[in-house]
Amino acid sequence: MGFPDRIERTVELAHPPARVWAALTTPEGLAAWFGNKGASIDLRPGGPAELLFDNGFHQNMRVERVEEPAVFGFTWQIYGLPEDDPRRTYVEFTLEPTGSGTRLTVVETGFAQLPDADHGTAFGGNTDGWATKLGELGDYLDRDAA
Amino acid sequence: MPPDLEAIAEQVFVALADPSRRAILAELAAGGPATATDLATRLPITRQGIAKHLATLELAGLVTAEPGERRRVRYRLQSAPMQLAQQFLTALARDWDGQLQALADHLDTSAANERARHRRAGGPHG
Repeated sequence: MGFPDRIERTVELAHPPARVWAALTTPEGLAAWFGNKGASIDLRPGGPAELLFDNGFHQNMRVERVEEPAVFGFTWQIYGLPEDDPRRTYVEFTLEPTGSGTRLTVVETGFAQLPDADHGTAFGGNTDGWATKLGELGDYLDRDAA
Repeated sequence: MPPDLEAIAEQVFVALADPSRRAILAELAAGGPATATDLATRLPITRQGIAKHLATLELAGLVTAEPGERRRVRYRLQSAPMQLAQQFLTALARDWDGQLQALADHLDTSAANERARHRRAGGPHG
């Protein structure tokens, strides 16, 4: 199977889980190593979070799992897909204490998913695109003017 | 995972591996639906070459033929297979190694700064 669905990495950090947890789940922590222009987070399942980058790119996230200080999970959009595309990958950080440090594991899954269950709809007669959107805009303007 | 995800991604990458087909797809992406004649005037590819590549792309589901003005067939780029290939590329481009290194560096730096602050606060000169 050549299509990767899952990425997994583990690192040993020389810092206790509480510090690692703060780096992963606070705006200050996230801004220090992840979003290099800033970050915001509402730390509860369903809460929104955002990473800002100095190239103007911003990444919206949705907090999914909060089990301090052991598990932090969120979903985010697949880079390059339209904003309203429902596809998201799920990222989960797991923190395990190791003596004076932390073993941190990150797993990201969901790269190999389709937008909906009906494969035929997605890849057969999909005419969604700018032409369709512009057609909808034209229809809206026509109705508005009438 | 549906069994043909792999096949769709492969069709996209096979199509993109050929410079003429890449040029045709790029032109359709940039300018919207076009006829084979339009494409032949805009690209340094013969009308015959354009027709052959469009047939290949249509068979792979990467473009669709639709009726245009004066009963000429227009070709439209299909976004769904491209988006699927994009997912594949996103997985390859995801740099968790670099990101986790940045996290480790941040933790080391902030811990060192904290120790320095403690030393200053507890030292003989306050």
